[in-house]
Amino acid sequence: MDSVAAKFGWLVVAVIGAICLGVIALHRGESINAIWLVAAALSVFTIGYRFYGRMIATQVLKLDPTRATPAQLRNDGLDYVPTDKWIVFGHHFAAIAGAGPLVGPVLAAQMGYLPGTLWILFGVVFAGAVQDFMILGLSLRRDGRSLGHMLRAELGNVAGVICMIGVLVLMMIVLAVLALVVVKALAISPWGTFTVACTIPIAILMGVYLRYFRPGRVLEVSIIGLVLLLLSIWGGGHVAADPAWAPYFTFSAAQLAWLVIGYGFFASVLPVWLLLAPRDYLSTFLKIGTIALLAIAILFAAPNLQMPAITKFVDGSGPVFAGNLFPFLFITIACGAVSGWHSIIASGTTPKLLANEREALMVGYGGMLVEAFVAIMALIAATALHPGIYFAMNSPAAAIGADVQSAAAAISQWGFVVTPQDLLDTAKNIGETTILSRAGGAPTLAVGMAQLLHNIMPGEGMMAFWYHYAILFEALFILTTVDAGTRVGRFMIQELVGLAVPTLQKTESWIGNLVATVFCVAIWGYFLYQGAVDPLGGINTLWPLFGIANQMLAAIALILACVVVVKLKRERYLWVPAVPACWLVICTLTAGWQKLFDPSPKLGFPAAAKKFADAIAEGKVTAPAKSIDEMQRIVFNNYLDAALTALFMLLVVAAVAFGVRTMLAARRAARPTANEEPYVALGASA
Amino acid sequence: MNTIANDLRSFWQRAVRIGRQIIGVPDYENYLAHLRAHHPERALPTYAEFFNERQEARYKGGGGRCC
Repeated sequence: MDSVAAKFGWLVVAVIGAICLGVIALHRGESINAIWLVAAALSVFTIGYRFYGRMIATQVLKLDPTRATPAQLRNDGLDYVPTDKWIVFGHHFAAIAGAGPLVGPVLAAQMGYLPGTLWILFGVVFAGAVQDFMILGLSLRRDGRSLGHMLRAELGNVAGVICMIGVLVLMMIVLAVLALVVVKALAISPWGTFTVACTIPIAILMGVYLRYFRPGRVLEVSIIGLVLLLLSIWGGGHVAADPAWAPYFTFSAAQLAWLVIGYGFFASVLPVWLLLAPRDYLSTFLKIGTIALLAIAILFAAPNLQMPAITKFVDGSGPVFAGNLFPFLFITIACGAVSGWHSIIASGTTPKLLANEREALMVGYGGMLVEAFVAIMALIAATALHPGIYFAMNSPAAAIGADVQSAAAAISQWGFVVTPQDLLDTAKNIGETTILSRAGGAPTLAVGMAQLLHNIMPGEGMMAFWYHYAILFEALFILTTVDAGTRVGRFMIQELVGLAVPTLQKTESWIGNLVATVFCVAIWGYFLYQGAVDPLGGINTLWPLFGIANQMLAAIALILACVVVVKLKRERYLWVPAVPACWLVICTLTAGWQKLFDPSPKLGFPAAAKKFADAIAEGKVTAPAKSIDEMQRIVFNNYLDAALTALFMLLVVAAVAFGVRTMLAARRAARPTANEEPYVALGASA
Repeated sequence: MNTIANDLRSFWQRAVRIGRQIIGVPDYENYLAHLRAHHPERALPTYAEFFNERQEARYKGGGGRCC
């Protein structure tokens, strides 16, 4: 009886999901309500979780509730601690959800809401959640070891080194692109700059409080920090309105890039308790709270999506990023659909906390579904905006000009009618002087969030408050990532260089640390600065590089999953990791190929380099560059980006080769050959 | 009246324990219990010592997080 009722219930969910998807896909002409998207997402996610996720748990990974987990076996009360599954879920989710799922969908909105929605919904069920869950499952059976360790053990040392290089380069691109998002959001914005700058003294105050005044009272100091943050938003409004103070906090993108580079260096050499840790606590709580707030705002405001389902920019001519729907949509939305980074988290702290293998489904697969839901919310916030506003904010000055008249004219010509007054009014409502060419996703999302929150909590001047709250919320965890990522990058550089120069490897050596930190900051700082001064906006170039790198890592992680499935003699289920792995390999290699060999200077790096090099040879200055100097830099950077793309493609091809070789060898073996730790019954170890 | 105050206190304490674990500070009481059960010869750290040591350890490699 029970099972009949349950089956009927699932049938109802499936029918609701199908109806919602049908409405989203078939509705043309008039705008549709965001609630259809929310309902479709929830139905697809619950069905994916209940059927596909559970199938992976029981058939592919064969999770065993009677088997002791690393947390049980090595329980030391510190690193390995059996923990309540909801707490592990919260911890895991806070670690995987960052700026990625918020930015990617906003950029992809230039193609309309439909392509992004479909890729997020089906990408997460068949690729992203599969990757997170399977890597977590593999790590659970290997003492909670990291992705790099598992690759070395299953595919050999060379595969491990490939992964290490891939992660290091990806890290540098991530830091540069995320820092660029902050720089773009704060340029010529005294309100935003003041508010974000205030987070530094606030965090230091919290750090001192936690260290000396009330040791370790994290929650109470976070509440104090939150109150101070809200005060700093309020203060920022006054600073921006004050003609004497505003100039001190008004910076160009290039100046802000230098400030962030300096910040990255100093923050990453300070003791962690002073700045990094307290701000991380604050940003984690703020992140969870704001995501919940956004969900409530979407449900109550129930906005109509003003962006068309599909825009003409699916042909690759869009101003936000270059390239056709295939493969660039699948590169642009990485986090939210599938993100290689998660394989590092899923083989990090999380497997050391799970008390039972059974709970990996909820934490690994479920955690990624929630991140996909965050991505859907970001997409809703961006597509609920007037498309004219959206394109004004996300198009580079090279495409729409530098004033509201030219921008309104250019965007109206694309078919999204908007007046200069609309653009001025929007800027005024959010307390800024301009909204033009604020690429990078964060400001667009902030305007979208501000409109939603303003809808449910109206009030005079509150739009501006919510806008800067949203900017602060994103900047807070991006700056934490910059700080923490620089530290990780430093360790990785020391490890890699240490292979050649052993003295640099000593992580306690003061000189070694400093040299590696400078080196690390210099690498991402270079890309950041180039992005900040790039007349095409920087995001245009850097985001696809980031996407390719992130999907490359996801492909490597899924190849590991394929290899283990074959080694365990479960070839019947090889398709589960192999389908998304193949898809990602195809996407990254196609995108890389186009970036390398497309003859259009808008898309191909070498083509762009050649265009400017030819112009230099003729002594002509070609827009958007303003001098021969600038053109030479554009030529060099395009060749550099091309080299990086080639490197990513090489790493993917090598990982595929190692994976296939290992799988063929494993097939020939008579018995399972995976390097799992032996079975210990739950309770037998204690 | 008293029961409401008690409820509030236990709610706050629960929130504190969950909040700390979500940001990567393990449960202190649990660690003390572990030490008493398995390593009775070791001195018990104060909460401040425990917190500082865990904070260092968590961010030593930069702290795990995504973009």
